[in-house]
Amino acid sequence: MTMQTDMTHPAETVQHQPRRLPPSGHLAGISIRGWRLIWLLAGIAVALALPFLVKNFTVFQLTQALVYAIAILGLNLLTGFNGQFSLGHSAFYAIGAYTAAILMDRYDVPYWATLPPAGVICLAVGFLFGLPALRLEGLYLALATFALAVATPQLLKFTPIEEFTGGVQGIVIMKPDAPFGLPLSPDQWLYFFTLFVVAILFACAAGLIRSRTGRAMMAIRDNPIAAKSMGINTSLYKSLTFGVSALYTGVAGALGAIVVQFVAPDSFTFLLAITFLVGLVVGGVGSIPGAIFGGLFVLFMPNISESIAEDVKGLTWAIYGVLLILVIYVMPTGAAGLARLVAHRLVRRG
Amino acid sequence: MDLLLHQILAGLATGGIYACMALAVVMIYQAIDHFNFAQGEMAMFSTFIAWQLITWGMPYWAAFFLTIAISFAGGVLVERIVFKPIQNAPVLSHVVVFIALFSIFNSLAGFFWEFTIKVFPSPFPEWLHIGTFIGAHQTGMVLVTLVLLGLLYMFFRFTSVGLAMRAAAQNPESARLVGVRVGWMVALGWGMASAIGAVAGMMIAPVVFLEPNMMLGIILYGFAGAVVGGLNSPGGAVVGGFAVGVVENIAGTFIPYFGSELRLTIALILIVGVLMIRPSGLFGRRTVTRV
Repeated sequence: MTMQTDMTHPAETVQHQPRRLPPSGHLAGISIRGWRLIWLLAGIAVALALPFLVKNFTVFQLTQALVYAIAILGLNLLTGFNGQFSLGHSAFYAIGAYTAAILMDRYDVPYWATLPPAGVICLAVGFLFGLPALRLEGLYLALATFALAVATPQLLKFTPIEEFTGGVQGIVIMKPDAPFGLPLSPDQWLYFFTLFVVAILFACAAGLIRSRTGRAMMAIRDNPIAAKSMGINTSLYKSLTFGVSALYTGVAGALGAIVVQFVAPDSFTFLLAITFLVGLVVGGVGSIPGAIFGGLFVLFMPNISESIAEDVKGLTWAIYGVLLILVIYVMPTGAAGLARLVAHRLVRRG
Repeated sequence: MDLLLHQILAGLATGGIYACMALAVVMIYQAIDHFNFAQGEMAMFSTFIAWQLITWGMPYWAAFFLTIAISFAGGVLVERIVFKPIQNAPVLSHVVVFIALFSIFNSLAGFFWEFTIKVFPSPFPEWLHIGTFIGAHQTGMVLVTLVLLGLLYMFFRFTSVGLAMRAAAQNPESARLVGVRVGWMVALGWGMASAIGAVAGMMIAPVVFLEPNMMLGIILYGFAGAVVGGLNSPGGAVVGGFAVGVVENIAGTFIPYFGSELRLTIALILIVGVLMIRPSGLFGRRTVTRV
């Protein structure tokens, strides 16, 4: 009898479950739920005011951070809530980006109308990739998706589809202007457009997690065998989660293409998949607001590290690596976990 | 027919690269039950160390063995410093740390040695070539891989340390009870995998040129070879590596576009295909898990 410490052993994965606050906790006379609402409203107010307070380029960067946040949320739905790994989400991001670019470039589809098809195509591709992935648990799935991420740039350069993809050159697309004569610069408009999409997608994700489906997803993460014996169709939910996760990342890809006005095969390398993973882990695995922090982090961290020391230019990825290891050591639940912990302490004291 | 034969031979020659890498992948998988996604980058880093030593004027074979020793120590250090603290952490943590190492080694190599392509010497004499198909270096590479496999086989089969390592990998609890220091066996596995990776890197570098990103495609083929051969069989991994090389060459020749443009897709298809149809590979044992 071969006995092995299995990698998907239920007891191991449970630790990832976010720590919940006691529902009765009060801080400074306001309930935890009240505090959450206050933070949410404050966050929305800041998000709405920011583009009028900073330079156009910073607005552009913030938009990109939001785009990353959507992709990271997509990865989080898969990894954080369903316990499946993907090192290949750069591929879905690429599919979304190319869908948007091709629709806009060749078929003159307006930019906002490219998001649904990008999402639907990625949903289908993700679902189909998720089907064989069902048989691949844990590390094997990581390996298969790793292969997908590494192969993606080559697939995008494939000659027979060059007519559509533009080959190595990629596709350049136009930046949309603000509609209805709104007094906004194109960057500001795109920021608000992205923010709108972010709001919808994050609300949907929060709803999904709280629903019966979300509970099934988390049950599969925590103990697949128990989930199955409770009558949850694990294979269906797993491939569906893969599809939905790909949908989020695909929409992010489409938005990303519109924001940077350009797609080319070499923007979608394995490093992009690592970027998402960094955002996921730093923001907090299994936390929806954490994805926003993750998006901001991966976008601004390189700039910050380079401004601290000029010599470290080119060492960004090494710093990422060290940070990843540190986060895994000291706060495996990421920034979201840290925030929760701080709140917890404060509540106990108060 | 001639073309087919030629392609098979050429495939075996490139397969030597993959076999070497697959061997390193299987080594680490044996020791820790994980794929080391940073394996390729560690091998690349070792190769840069060898290049630096040679550039400083050290003779090839001295640099070769010194690099192996450094890589072995490096592998043990990585395990002790980075992985020991999280040995009981969930699998996500491990994957994240592998990716972290990947980025650290890649970035550091670029920082120290820059991204320009460097030429790495081949140690094998001209007369070693077989016919006109397989060059001297390819022949040497295949020989080195086979020697390595032989040494590993003897190590695991006939030495007590090898036996202890196998015990530690298969059943850590029982191994500990009979006095095997399981933690150090894992570290030893890391060291050996790192050393084998260094050999693979030094063998591959003359073929693909030395630069920080040289390993990404090759490690993918290494994984493919390991998966095809079976993740718990070093011999299978070598056979798998050669097989993958042959498949790549034949698909590249006879299916349009595949050779030049979709090389990595072949690896993707192989990995997903084998994992789906026969997850234990050609020579691997099926693992049974008690739940």
